[in-house]
Amino acid sequence: MQGEAPARDSLAEAIRRLAELVGPSGREEAVREAIREQLSELADRVWSDPLGNLFARREASRQGGAGGRRVMVTAHMDEVGIMVTHIDEKGFLRFAPVGGLSPSLLVGQHVRFVGGVTGVVGREPEEEGKDLRHGQLFVDIGVNSAEEANRLVQVGDAACLWRPVQRLGQRLSGKAMDDRVGCVVVLEALRRLAESPHEVVAVFTVQEEVGTRGARPAAFQVAPELALAVDVTPAADTPKARPLPVALGKGVAIKVKDNSVISHPGVRRWMVEVAERHGIPHQLEVLDFGGTDAGAIHTTREGVPSGVLSIPTRYLHTPAETVDLEDVEAAVKLLVRLLQEPAPF
Amino acid sequence: MTQAQAAPQPQAQRPLQPQPQPSPPGQAPSERFSRLRECLELLCPLPGVSGFEGPVRERVAQLIRPFVDRWETDPLGNLLAWRYGPDGPQQPGPVVMLAAHMDEVGLVVSGFEGDGTLRVRPVGGLDPRVLVGKAVRVGASRLAGVIGVRPIHLQKPEERRRAPEPEALVVDIGAAGREQAEQAVQVGDPVVFEAPFLVLGERRVLAKALDDRVGCCVLVELLRERYPVTVVAAFTVQEELGLRGAQVAAFRADPHLGLVLEGTVGADVAGVEPHHEVTRLGAGPALSVLDQASIASPPLVAALVRVAGRRGIPFQWRRTGAGGNDAGAIHVSRAGVPTASVSVPCRYIHGPAAVCDLADVEAAVELVQGFLQEEAAPLLQRWRRHGSEGG
Repeated sequence: MQGEAPARDSLAEAIRRLAELVGPSGREEAVREAIREQLSELADRVWSDPLGNLFARREASRQGGAGGRRVMVTAHMDEVGIMVTHIDEKGFLRFAPVGGLSPSLLVGQHVRFVGGVTGVVGREPEEEGKDLRHGQLFVDIGVNSAEEANRLVQVGDAACLWRPVQRLGQRLSGKAMDDRVGCVVVLEALRRLAESPHEVVAVFTVQEEVGTRGARPAAFQVAPELALAVDVTPAADTPKARPLPVALGKGVAIKVKDNSVISHPGVRRWMVEVAERHGIPHQLEVLDFGGTDAGAIHTTREGVPSGVLSIPTRYLHTPAETVDLEDVEAAVKLLVRLLQEPAPF
Repeated sequence: MTQAQAAPQPQAQRPLQPQPQPSPPGQAPSERFSRLRECLELLCPLPGVSGFEGPVRERVAQLIRPFVDRWETDPLGNLLAWRYGPDGPQQPGPVVMLAAHMDEVGLVVSGFEGDGTLRVRPVGGLDPRVLVGKAVRVGASRLAGVIGVRPIHLQKPEERRRAPEPEALVVDIGAAGREQAEQAVQVGDPVVFEAPFLVLGERRVLAKALDDRVGCCVLVELLRERYPVTVVAAFTVQEELGLRGAQVAAFRADPHLGLVLEGTVGADVAGVEPHHEVTRLGAGPALSVLDQASIASPPLVAALVRVAGRRGIPFQWRRTGAGGNDAGAIHVSRAGVPTASVSVPCRYIHGPAAVCDLADVEAAVELVQGFLQEEAAPLLQRWRRHGSEGG
């Protein structure tokens, strides 16, 4: 253990519990069931859709007059991983990436399948002067034949990087912070939200990492008047990082833009104004790549004014994604305040 | 895939040996086998570059008219046809969308050179290695031409070693000069391969546009029967340009389930390792677990695997995560549609001489037919009871 006796223990424990679940895109069952259990006390109605998105609705608890809206709040349940496409005669598994995972990062990593089987990623011998490709990698699950392998894992089974969450002072480091941290922020906000002028529909989405495929149908179903997505964003405060404004420990990041969405200017101004009024640490995020569920939501049906609360995260899409618990706490506080206030536009 | 126990294993994972053949050599082919071959012979030679699918649509409409309850063409050119379940249009019940795309890769005229040759741009993902020297037809009047490139003795040494850039290609229609070419052809005219339909050996056919006329023929064949569910057949446009037709077709069809019928890469040629060959000709239709456009619905794939096991239909896994098909657009339509793909292996796909195995085509029909007869309705009932969960 590093530094002072850690604060934010319950937040850290909630994140650890969700982040250590196996939930690659398209195989989010374990995460969905863990969240569903927590939702029963937090919502009036809980349901899921054909793609596996999980919905929780809370009716407006007081009349908001003109400021009451149907607000869709999202965080995605899935994480990057791999999916088996072929099992060879010696029981080695060939796979395709699920979401953005670089081949060189995978070499030597442990992976864990839905169902619990663990393996290690190996590689074919190096080809001179050529970049490593996923097709040169395989997973070794400790068997000697296709028959043995097939008893444990089948084509179509998916796995994620496997590593337990570590506490580094007031920071947490592990796989799938992207976006189990967001899931915890939404759950914790629902827990702390006493009353709201809004009809709040929290949606825990699937398949964000493969192209925000869950959020679009979810938004079509909810037909929200306002959407707030909670996701991670790269923190650019490490040695020689590309110059971006976001740093770890400086508060929740309010997204201005990424490659999928330009946050609705009115929503963004409202978010900044509420953060300032309540003394919540915050920073602005401008990203020239990447995307979040807000990208799919804001162009659904006739268009949805959308904003994003981002958790600054180092080492994204590695098994050691690192977040600061004070940033997470700031995100919860801002989301609660936003959901308590009438929307001003 | 769920962790189903004792699931039947696909043929391609077993030691490589001759596969069960629906119509073994020497025996008279089944009626279905002959119908499928005739259908391919009818549809493959038709011109249908993305955005110009009219001739294919007209012929498909003729073929399906006796079997469907109603059909319509939408504003983008998709052909949609309904074959209702046993209770008719008043109670359509569960709706399954079956999709196959009519369009094919090709070229489009983009301008004229002074010598009367046509400048062209690719439409869809053409393999540049196979283009030069191929005969083509240009525009609605089917003007004959050939794809040309600078002669080999004028190429730089490094140009000889790699496929020509699309910018270097022209189409020669025999015009004496620019003026003559401009009278015969307009910018925007589609250019399609002029390619024969040939039977190779006992069971294989060679043709252009097997991707995806083979899916169209599977779909036409499936429409001959009435099922316990309502089937919406979608013959889509502009798949090769980014699943554009399927997006609006799925919105119109508003299905509970989607199944895409495709031609896919068969790279089972010398020197390719099993995990790189994607699919193998003659080993049955391929089921995808994912590609770049969608992750197949696990319960839907499991149902297809059950059908294959029960009926002894060979199948294989599509061994890549690359590529994409109409499932990418269908599964995110409206509030979400569980979707999977059944693909027929095709060698030399996206060129003028693709090859597929009719036994695979026949097995693809049987697999989807079995699914529609036995699995589709119970699967949807189960989802409705359990809060419609796809995971």
